[in-house]
Amino acid sequence: MMDTQTQKLIDYCLLKKNNEELSATDLELLAELKGEKTSKVKIYIGAGTCGLGAGAAKIKLAASKYVAYNQIDAQFIDTGCIGLCAYEPIVDIHLPGFSRISFAKVTEENIQTIFDEVFVNKAPRTNVLGQFPSEERQWKNVNNIYDFPFLKPQKRIVLQNCGKINPVKIEEYIANGGYTSYLKAIREYTPAEVCDIVEKSGLRGRGGAGFPTGKKWKFAQTQEANQKYMICNADEGDPGAFMDRAVIEGDPHRLVEGMAIAAYAVGATKAYVYIRAEYPLAIEHLKVAIDQATKHGIIGKNIFDSGVDFEIKIKTGAGAFVCGEETALLNSIEGKRGMPRPRPPFPAIKGLFGKPTIINNVETLANVPDIIRNGSQWFASIGTENSKGTKVFALSGKIRHTGLVEVPMGTTIKDVIFSIGGGIKENKKFKAVQIGGPSGGCITEQNLEIPIDYDSLVKVGAMMGSGGLVVMDEDNCMVDVAKFFMDFIQRESCGKCTPCREGTKRMLEILESITTKPRTPEDSIERFNGILQLERIANTVKSTSLCGLGQTAPNPVLSTLRWFKEEYEQHVFAKRCPANVCSELKRFIIDNDKCTGCHACVRKCPTNAIHGTPKGTHYILEHDCIGCGTCFSVCKFDAIYIKT
Amino acid sequence: MDELEKLFENYDLSRDNLIPILQEIQEHEGYLSPESIALVGKKLKIPNSQVYGVATFYNQFRFVPKGKYNIQLCRGTACHVLGSATVLEEFEKHLDIKAGQTTKDGLFSLEVVACIGACGLAPAISVNGEVFAKVNRETVKAITSLYN
Repeated sequence: MMDTQTQKLIDYCLLKKNNEELSATDLELLAELKGEKTSKVKIYIGAGTCGLGAGAAKIKLAASKYVAYNQIDAQFIDTGCIGLCAYEPIVDIHLPGFSRISFAKVTEENIQTIFDEVFVNKAPRTNVLGQFPSEERQWKNVNNIYDFPFLKPQKRIVLQNCGKINPVKIEEYIANGGYTSYLKAIREYTPAEVCDIVEKSGLRGRGGAGFPTGKKWKFAQTQEANQKYMICNADEGDPGAFMDRAVIEGDPHRLVEGMAIAAYAVGATKAYVYIRAEYPLAIEHLKVAIDQATKHGIIGKNIFDSGVDFEIKIKTGAGAFVCGEETALLNSIEGKRGMPRPRPPFPAIKGLFGKPTIINNVETLANVPDIIRNGSQWFASIGTENSKGTKVFALSGKIRHTGLVEVPMGTTIKDVIFSIGGGIKENKKFKAVQIGGPSGGCITEQNLEIPIDYDSLVKVGAMMGSGGLVVMDEDNCMVDVAKFFMDFIQRESCGKCTPCREGTKRMLEILESITTKPRTPEDSIERFNGILQLERIANTVKSTSLCGLGQTAPNPVLSTLRWFKEEYEQHVFAKRCPANVCSELKRFIIDNDKCTGCHACVRKCPTNAIHGTPKGTHYILEHDCIGCGTCFSVCKFDAIYIKT
Repeated sequence: MDELEKLFENYDLSRDNLIPILQEIQEHEGYLSPESIALVGKKLKIPNSQVYGVATFYNQFRFVPKGKYNIQLCRGTACHVLGSATVLEEFEKHLDIKAGQTTKDGLFSLEVVACIGACGLAPAISVNGEVFAKVNRETVKAITSLYN
């Protein structure tokens, strides 16, 4: 239950009233809600999906045992993800009178030492990430957390609250300026004006295609209809992308506010969030956020006496990648098979249940509150000429610091990977970075200097996509990567249009044939035939498919063919995989000097490809070998090696 | 079946609730049986063929019961790059089932799912919703033994 004091503060923050009535204790509580001060010990646990995966639950248990044993009255708060996945589990401690201090890679073993020092007001030497800036007493020899190398080059708009505030406490969001943009929109602007502001800000869709958001809104805004819909596309299906999940887990109210503003701008009174079932925590947080906003009259009927109605329903996806395509998503909400519809008519004209509908991605909507608050000029001043604002990237793969980064558009890929991401793991050689998931392409070393924006990525055969950056090093085989995406896409192709359904399957078959060993003369011919057709099929699928999924499906193939032709040739002509990934193309050799003739490999070989008498010389018949590597792992004398 | 009947009380019996209803049935029963499909068809006045059509389109729906512990293995890019294929292989070998199947004792089922969004901790798996990070060939046995 909300006490009257908190209610008063919320009114103050939202409606800017009761200004003179704020007493000293009110101000104190406000500072507490803002996170500037604290009246009791607060322990923040980074408990997003990634934090939990790294063991946040165990750490929380260990921490609560510690405080119970030492009779410390502490409050535990689960926060979202600050983006430093590689440093999880992260624990922050906020002591009264001190600034909040953050620790990385906390384990059940080291938590005792860390806490021992913190609770005698000494900053530990190890595991410290940094401290949050505040006017309270600073920890000695501890850096500002935003000076941390991973965070310093970032500009956080969408992620500004993630990992900082309690995501399921609306008071904190409001105290930090939340929902004021929505109130400003419905009180000071007409819907057309809101569309104008967003159009002038230059915001483009963050889901992949990059269509100007304000323009899209205007299409729907000018439609006459008795019902319009607003849909948030949170069906973040791209493998390698998790920024939407982090936003919803860590700051769900931001999304609710963005949706409310979007709905007002186009005149929609009903909204849906279409979210993946694979994100249970995000769904939970979103539900809580919607309930809280409803309770405070931010969602509902006649919001703050403005005459505006707005409601949000959550629709859980059922695991179909194609439903990230907007028209397929509409069919899915309507309870049908998630197959795309031909466009036009565009959803803004005729969408959900035949009514004007706008569909926006999570990250796009999360930018909207700040655009309304600070104006279109402010947003347009960030980024490049045609790509404004920031972009959140999910860094993963063979990179030292995996996690979420938000940088201004126009930052180079090199900066993201090497300055923020810390370069390649184990000092291996960078090979490529795959951007945009199954619809995107690879960026190689020679293109690392290009600035990240919608247009320059297209020039090098990649695309922004949703912003997954999967880094690959010399140990990754690019043909295998293309095969992986093609396998993914052909499974997820909905089957409605022929080019995508058949083309992706054929492309996968070709990639499979060149990554396996030919068994018969026909196989060998097939390999050559296949590679000759691959590019043509890819271009056909690209130009003739119905929806975005098919039109972009060949991108990983075309992009790897363009930049790694040599690697393809090695697979086709020499039947070799230079990175030694494609197991059938691995060549295992027995070193006769080391082989003792123990016969262990002969017994384990699944295809009887190894011959030799016990205690005699052994050899592998290449023709029969399937490259499974069993002999390699079973040999106790290191007598078997992979020929490179 | 009576319990299932009750479940319909929370919904408008309109087409757009078809997927949520199927999801809730699966949550209750663990899978979609032919009987429950028929019941949904009857309640929503949609031909059974169309209910099947929708249910089979989406990866989430299963038509055989799953194990007590459902292992979801992520097949996302980051997990793939860091060796999820060998993890799958090891699970299949260790549990003696293929992906999509349930062990004979009904204890484990193995499922390959789209990216679970824990790319920073790849390769990742989730057992009944509990996420395990940086899984490799060696940790597979240890993870399954936690649930025996």
